[in-house]
Parts: sequence; structure tokens; C-alpha cells
Amino acid sequence: MSGGDARPPSKPPAIGPEQVAHVARLARLELSDDELTRFTGQLAAALAYAAEIGELEVEDLEPMAHPLPLHNVLRDDEPEPTLDRDTVLAEAPAAEDRRFRVPRILGDEP
Amino acid sequence: MNGAAIALADAVRSGTRSARESVEESLQKIATGDHEIHAFLEVLADQALERADEIDRVVASGSDPGRLAGVPVALKDNLCTTGIPTTCSSRILEGWRPPYDATVVERLRAAGAIPIGKTNMDEFAMGSSTENSCSGPTRNPHDHDRVPGGSSGGSAAAVAAGFVPVALGSDTGGSIRQPAALCGVVGMKPTYGVVSRYGLIAFASSLDQIGPLSATVGDAALMLEVIGGHDRRDSTSLDAPAPDVLSAVEAGVEGKRIGLVTELVEDTAPEVAARVREAAEALGSAGALVEEISIPQFRYGLAAYYLIAPAEASSNLARFDGVRFGLRVDAPDVAAMNVATRTAGFGAEVKRRIMLGTYALSAGYYDAYYAKAQRVRTLVADGFALAYLRFDALLGATTPTTAFGIGDRTEDPLAMYLSDSCTVPANLAGHPAISVPFGGDELGLPVGVQVMAPALGEPTLFAVAGAVERAAPGRAGGTP
Repeated sequence: MSGGDARPPSKPPAIGPEQVAHVARLARLELSDDELTRFTGQLAAALAYAAEIGELEVEDLEPMAHPLPLHNVLRDDEPEPTLDRDTVLAEAPAAEDRRFRVPRILGDEP
Repeated sequence: MNGAAIALADAVRSGTRSARESVEESLQKIATGDHEIHAFLEVLADQALERADEIDRVVASGSDPGRLAGVPVALKDNLCTTGIPTTCSSRILEGWRPPYDATVVERLRAAGAIPIGKTNMDEFAMGSSTENSCSGPTRNPHDHDRVPGGSSGGSAAAVAAGFVPVALGSDTGGSIRQPAALCGVVGMKPTYGVVSRYGLIAFASSLDQIGPLSATVGDAALMLEVIGGHDRRDSTSLDAPAPDVLSAVEAGVEGKRIGLVTELVEDTAPEVAARVREAAEALGSAGALVEEISIPQFRYGLAAYYLIAPAEASSNLARFDGVRFGLRVDAPDVAAMNVATRTAGFGAEVKRRIMLGTYALSAGYYDAYYAKAQRVRTLVADGFALAYLRFDALLGATTPTTAFGIGDRTEDPLAMYLSDSCTVPANLAGHPAISVPFGGDELGLPVGVQVMAPALGEPTLFAVAGAVERAAPGRAGGTP
């Protein structure tokens, strides 16, 4: 480990309940107080384990996003039937006028 | 060529056994045994019998019903099946009936195979014990108080219990090979891109592969030949035909250079390590050139995996929002409906992984966690590349231990994650790997030996796996 350069800290601070609550909000999840306590401990343990790689000097290696060297896979633009609309909508929680139906999206306020 | 599915298909094609008899036998075994094992979420008795009669009519008419004619096959419940509930063992998809078949299911049907049921799994394939299922755990057929491994635990247990000769699973960090090892069956993860994932409900897209579980190496080879090959509906599908592997199973290992990976022996329980070393010796006796090699990069694979896979999962699982399919918990507005639906629909492990991934991708932590893990992924791939300069295939344990007890690791997610340490390197690199049963521990619990090969090295992989199988203790001609 070396200090004094522009790299991010190799060991980020441990995760606390405020951060877990924030991450849950980002992920559209609601946690009970019990869950918040339990998940904080468990996520902290998982992140502490993951932080092992923080000590590795790998900045000169290319990040690998994918095992295959594939780029922009295109196929011929041939029209063909897609899934039947009514079959798909039949599995939706709610549908109306051949569309997915959802609760209000915009608030009452202007 | 030996194999339960191969022999069965031969018998059905030649008319010495009917597909109906084959399906009835499988259904009978499930009816007698599965209340205890709980390998299946759904058994498709009527459909399977109907399909069996169709196959028998094809045979009677003198046409070829296909290479897997009349073979009952179990499908992991993250593979889409038209009109048949596909739930990923999650409340959020309870009762959802897909409008299409996964490509692998389509190909199995076209080859005459008969889907007999959907198997239990860890919710969204996140887990190593099949305990994270909304319908309760599957039990290991070798000891009902132990887990079958996971996440394809239902598929592995269905084969181990003799309910079906073959099954399909999916492997993101070991989810085919680890349960195969713990249940004493064969489990194979193909090279990334060899098998189409169209219709596989995504967990971590740069890692997921579908593959076979079976009683024998030959059956796994036949399954791969049937399900593999290019599919225009999956943009990550390689533009190549399915690998030719069935003929490789009996090819032998004369002159093959095989590396015994120190890290995949030393970091395992003594009895697991002992079986792996015996397998290595047996390969040497069969004519292979076996040497030990250390790949220290493997020790960092698991940490990288548990950042990359949750990161991709947090993105993939955003589609479960209560709008288009599955569960909806009503609320006055869309945002509240999304939260209420996801909170009620996802189990604890899925929530943990979504949060872990969201955190690893969030501003301020992206470079320290996710980007770093991607560089470590390159490090692991480089470790493989160096090893494959000297070796044709690599050998090690599939799992650090034999099957653990139900409930032993549920409160300690990190302990659960550690059971994937031997399997994740092949996923990170996208390489093929297979687990072959090789003896057991002092309790009689099965041990799996893992063979790995470079990308598209499936023929070599199956040649080595075939040799390991022939040398396995308890096999005719194997070590005593």
C-alpha cells in the first residue's frame, strides 16, 4: 500500500446503519429496525472480507467487465413476430386498455 | 457409452422401452420420495405423460424422436417454461407463467426430452444451500439433515435421489458444481457463451451459464451437445456450433498435462484434499502428466466475486417493480408500490445482495469496490492464462467441505459465501469446469473433484472428467 497519490483509499470506512438505510432507499427496499441492525452487521462483515482486495496492487491491470471480447453484436434487421400482447398482459398485476396499469405517478402538488 | 439418459434414449428410440414407461417410473419415484427431499416446486405429470405418448407415436411411425427421446429432465425454476409457473423460488414471482420457453428448454423438447418438473433453488440463485427458498429447503438425499448445496440444489437432489437421470441448473459462482459435489452427481458449467441464456432469469449477466447435472459424465456430455450452440436471441451467445464432447468422454488422458492447483487442495478439509490427491494419482496412472501448480491469484477470486455478482444483481433485479409481472403490493403511488412490492417479495439474502451491490456501485465507493474487483477479475484470468501455458487442464476440489447441516450457516452469510471459494475462479474467467463424484468422507458424504479447462476446452474437460469417473472409488476398475 502506498499513500500520497490520487487513488481512492484502499480500505473504505466500515458501513454503518445510516449508510445501510440510505442504500436500502436507493434499492427501493424498506427495512424494519431489526433488519437494519442485522443487515448492518452482515454487510459490514461481507465488505470487510471484500476489502482484502483493497491491498492488491492492480492499478496497471485493465478492468474486466465480461469474459468475452464481444462488441456491438448486431443481427440482420428482419421483422418477425414478437410475444403476443394479450398473453403478456394476462400475467401483469393489473392491465387496462391493453396496457400495464399502475397507481398514480405524479403527485397532487403543481 | 455408459449413462442412464443415453441408455434410456437408446431404448426408447429402438422401441424396447416406451417413453410412457420412462415417465411413469420417474413420476412414481417422485411421488414416493420427494415429500422428504423437496427437490421439486412443481411436477408436470399430465404434460409429461402427454408428451411421452407423442414420442411413442413418433417411434411407432418409424421417425427419429431425437437424441434424448423419452428422457425425463428436471429444470431449475429460473428457466422459463411456457405457461408453467417459473418463480426462482421467490415470492415476487409466485404464480408467474412465462409466455415463452427458454432456448435450452426448446432444444431439450426438440431432442425428445420430457420436462418432468421445476426444481427448488436458492431465491434468484443467490445461495449455496437451497435454504434461501420461499418454499423451504431441499434435503440432501445422502443425509436428510444436510443441505444439498445450491443454488441448483433441487436439480442436484433430483438426480442424486434417482428421480430423473438428468437436470439443468445455472452456475454463476458454482451453483451447478457445488450442489453436484455435495449430492454426489456430475455438474458441468460450460464456457461462457456456449449455451444460450435466452429465458434464463438473470442474476449476474457476466457470469451466469446454464449447464447439465447428471449421474454420469457421458450424460452431461450428451446434454451439452443438445443445449449448446449459437442462438440469435442471446447477444452473448458464441457464433459456433455446440462443442463435440460425447466422443471425448472415452478418449483417455494419455499425454495430457494436468495441473493440480495447490490452492484448491490446501484450503479444503483433509478428507476432501485426500480424495483430490487420489484422483490426481489415478490420472497419472492413466497416462496423464500430473504436476502441482500454485495459482495464488485464486485466493482473491471470492472477494472480487462477492462484489461483482451483487453489483450486477442489483441492476438485474431492478426489473422486479410490481409493474409488468409477478407480485404487486398496492400503494397510493408508483414509488410506494415499488417499495412495498420489493420489500414483501424479496427474501433476506436477495435484499442483502441487492444492498451490497448498490453500495459497491454507489458514488464514492465505485472505484474502491467495483472497479477494483473488475481489475482483480483480470488478475484471476491472468493466473489461469499462465497456468494454461503449462497445462491442458487443471484439477482441484469443487468445495472446501462435504455437505453441511441444514441451518448451520444461515445466520452467517460470509460463512455461506466461503463454500464457493473453489468454484468462482472459472466463472470470473468464463472458462468451462465440471465436478465429478470421487469417493466420500468418513461419514459417507460425497466428495466432488473439479476439472477446469481453458475457454472452449470442453473436449479436453470431458476427456479428463471421463478418466476421473472411471477411476472413482466404488466404480468397476476404479480405486478400491
